[in-house]
Amino acid sequence: MVIQASNSTVMKNRTFSVLINPGQAPPQAGRRDFLKQSSLLTALALTPSTVLQAAETVLGTEGSPTAENIPVVIEINGTSRSLSVEPRVSLLDLLREQLDMTGTKKGCDYGQCGACTVHVDGQRVLACLSLAVMMQGKQVTTIEGLAEGPERLHPMQEAFIKHDGFQCGYCTPGQIMSAVGCLREGHADTEAEIREYMSGNICRCGAYSNIIAAIEEVKKGGQKV
Amino acid sequence: MEEYTLKPGQIGDPLNRVDGRLKVTGGARYAAEYNLPGITFGVLTTSTITKGRIRAIDTKAAEKAPGVLAVVTHKNSPKVPGYNAGTDNEGSRVYGQEFRVFYDDRIYYNNQPVALVIADTLERATYAASLVSVTYNEDKHQTNIKTQTEKAIKPERPEDYARGEANAYKKAPVRIEQDYHTPIHVHNPMEPHAATAVWETNDKVIVYNKAQGVKLAQKDIMKSFDLKAENVRIHSPFVGGAFGSSSRIWPQEMAAILGAKHVGRPVKVVLKRDQVFNMVGYRPRSIQKVGLGATADGKLIGVTHEAMGLTSTYEQFTERIVHPTKSLYSSPNLNAVYKLVPLDLSTPCWTRGPGESSGSFALESAMDELAYALNMDPLTLRLKNFADKDPENDKPWSSNFLKTCYEQGAERFGWSKRNPKPRSMRAGDMLVGMGMSAGIYKAERAPASARAKLLADGSLVVQSAAADVGPGTYTIMTQIAADTMGLPVGKVRFELGDSSFPQAPPQYGSHTTASVGSAVHDVCVALKQRLQELAINKQGSALYQASADDLVFADNAIRLKGRSNGVTYTEILKLNNLPELEVTKESKSGPEKETFSTKSFCATFIEVHVHPATGMVQVKRVVSAVDAGKIMNLKTARSQVLGSTIWGIGMALMEEGVIDHRFGRYMNKDLAEYHVPVCADTPDIDVILIDKPDPIVSPTGAKGIGEIGMVGFAAAVANAVYHATGKRIRELPITPDKLV
Repeated sequence: MVIQASNSTVMKNRTFSVLINPGQAPPQAGRRDFLKQSSLLTALALTPSTVLQAAETVLGTEGSPTAENIPVVIEINGTSRSLSVEPRVSLLDLLREQLDMTGTKKGCDYGQCGACTVHVDGQRVLACLSLAVMMQGKQVTTIEGLAEGPERLHPMQEAFIKHDGFQCGYCTPGQIMSAVGCLREGHADTEAEIREYMSGNICRCGAYSNIIAAIEEVKKGGQKV
Repeated sequence: MEEYTLKPGQIGDPLNRVDGRLKVTGGARYAAEYNLPGITFGVLTTSTITKGRIRAIDTKAAEKAPGVLAVVTHKNSPKVPGYNAGTDNEGSRVYGQEFRVFYDDRIYYNNQPVALVIADTLERATYAASLVSVTYNEDKHQTNIKTQTEKAIKPERPEDYARGEANAYKKAPVRIEQDYHTPIHVHNPMEPHAATAVWETNDKVIVYNKAQGVKLAQKDIMKSFDLKAENVRIHSPFVGGAFGSSSRIWPQEMAAILGAKHVGRPVKVVLKRDQVFNMVGYRPRSIQKVGLGATADGKLIGVTHEAMGLTSTYEQFTERIVHPTKSLYSSPNLNAVYKLVPLDLSTPCWTRGPGESSGSFALESAMDELAYALNMDPLTLRLKNFADKDPENDKPWSSNFLKTCYEQGAERFGWSKRNPKPRSMRAGDMLVGMGMSAGIYKAERAPASARAKLLADGSLVVQSAAADVGPGTYTIMTQIAADTMGLPVGKVRFELGDSSFPQAPPQYGSHTTASVGSAVHDVCVALKQRLQELAINKQGSALYQASADDLVFADNAIRLKGRSNGVTYTEILKLNNLPELEVTKESKSGPEKETFSTKSFCATFIEVHVHPATGMVQVKRVVSAVDAGKIMNLKTARSQVLGSTIWGIGMALMEEGVIDHRFGRYMNKDLAEYHVPVCADTPDIDVILIDKPDPIVSPTGAKGIGEIGMVGFAAAVANAVYHATGKRIRELPITPDKLV
């Protein structure tokens, strides 16, 4: 499902957002095909029923969206955070606008570009298509939490710097989170495989060759990612 | 003497980006990432018609929605004094009256901003924006250039050109004449355009935005609000891609500034992806005709290039679409005509490889067609018509290594193995095609200034109001400063993206390195001069009364030639009781530049595989040979050419902004439907950097590299597709439906 946002529908659609994992795309599926396969039913199945009820109450009342905040506990980069969020807040906007963790980027807000890729319970997930309330009890890792500490970068971050796997740097956090996911999933055995499994992350500057080189190096280096 | 671990970091070294760590850790902050105290969120409501007037705008429901602070429309917007300046837009890069945000009830294009809803959270603002109800008196609109060609006008700033006889190609023994089309391209940088505005006082505003030129943005806002330079501060240290789309002030900046004035708090406005399609410019559709005439042995006799672009009804956007044609080949007769068709769309804007990319698609496709008409190798035809000087003005080239590009590119690609017959080569089931093209792009240098500050700890801070939208400006300026000063790169910090810094031209037109790089070079030379004076004039200095001719600068110090004794930069400051030493320097070309033609050049060689049944085209292999002068950093320069290649593939095979002309509205305004190349589309790319200094353009020998690789690229793909299939595609993009 490709969510078409216009001013009048975007917030309603947001309620039916989809948690997708680019790593689960069939090997031959392109980015665009895969987006079409993500269905509304999947979204509903993944959304806690309390949220749907809350959302219906709110959005069903024209002009008076007195949304009630919902408490959630999310472990973000190893720290447990007790938060109170509106049901319609995406994980991406929670990170960027409420927690000032702006390393995770908003490129399209429709799940089409991969800039917002984070790890949820170890799997790559698009934060713009994930509601914050769906993260109850989950472990979220963002680019800010990927390195072991401020002194030591993650091998994938090092490789991106060495191979110049970015230019403007905006898609970079998403690329790196996705690259780590790609490796962990075992989808970096060949260059062709890397290309396919990294095609959910757009780089408009065109650094793809260097991104592939960075991933190949980390793969060959055999370090734990 | 202090000891530093010296890494040369010299000009040319493939140094890792100095801002790399910030970018890979999420530490680099972009326009929408300044969560200031008291921040509010502005969301734009946009028009649903293409042309007409707003009959009524009802904001009551939105205003009552929770968390909403205000709804700004043309009815209550703070006034913009500069909007009343009329059409006298002198000094503006685009002729006409700029689009005026919340100015009146007129609608000029679809999805035009009509209201800004400001609330305490993004979600509340987004919801409330959906509650703004607008009714319109709709007029008939025109958005299709193909049906409006008879309305074409000659622009107020014309680009027409002629030498010799007009349409001389028609009398040539061998000639071709064809029409070529390029579609709308949308820049679509990964970072959506955003602006946060704060009024510090009634007449002082700070804007955090994405700007290719902070000084340009400052000037535009000063003019709009009648403010002094010191009262407009633009802050844009990181730009998440721009490609031309951040080269002027757009609705998001104006809306944020007006909104912030209205509510008295900081307002952040971030465009949604669909708004990026028509609020921040795009590459206009072009319709072109090229006529080429040659002698039987392939010498060009006449060239005619007629181009038509589209623009809005309120501004005339012109670009350099016929420029490659004027200068690339030697032909005694040439005429170029450029017209504009005003349509009910927003104003286009320069888009990577602007104009030249669209124009060279026509020219370089036509050259390939002429080669086939002559039964001549396309590379041989280009060599035969190589211009020894710029035929546009008879000036000598400041440097021109196009022949080297041809030679090294062809060699690396294996051009000699190409069987020229269309549909003659195969790899398994796939049809194999090989095509090539040439490219030319202006190499300019604009006046620029830089400030260099040597600090007590021996480190150097250099500042200039430049931008780094991705090419690596932070890094190469650091290298130029380090190299010139004899400092390790770790001791140098280059700062940009702040309008309070010394003047720099905007980052477009591939001239940052030549302009700002020269300023950085020159200010460091001036700083060395000051240090030298301080070192030889100060009693107690190891170099007291030394002769300037005997001195060398290296390793953080001035030393006597061939001797180890000298004085470090920090010692010089200490001896003179200076906490720091600051020099600001303006730098510009000398008069000799006017006597030369200054251009960058490239040759592109491409192999495509085409599936014979489905018409699917894959670019398999690219060799891009580029003469961009002396290369400042081989790593980031190569990345620029990789980027041009990816852009070229998008232009050749995928990208097209599609408008439903019944409604004047984009149909594919997102990144799933507007196709850009992804990782799976990336071919094997071989970048050849000729790396020869230009003696005229800049003291560092640099020309410019951001655009050149794209010029001619799409034609090389089209030429390869013709070679593979025997089908000549003259309308981009080359999608499978055009090949089956």
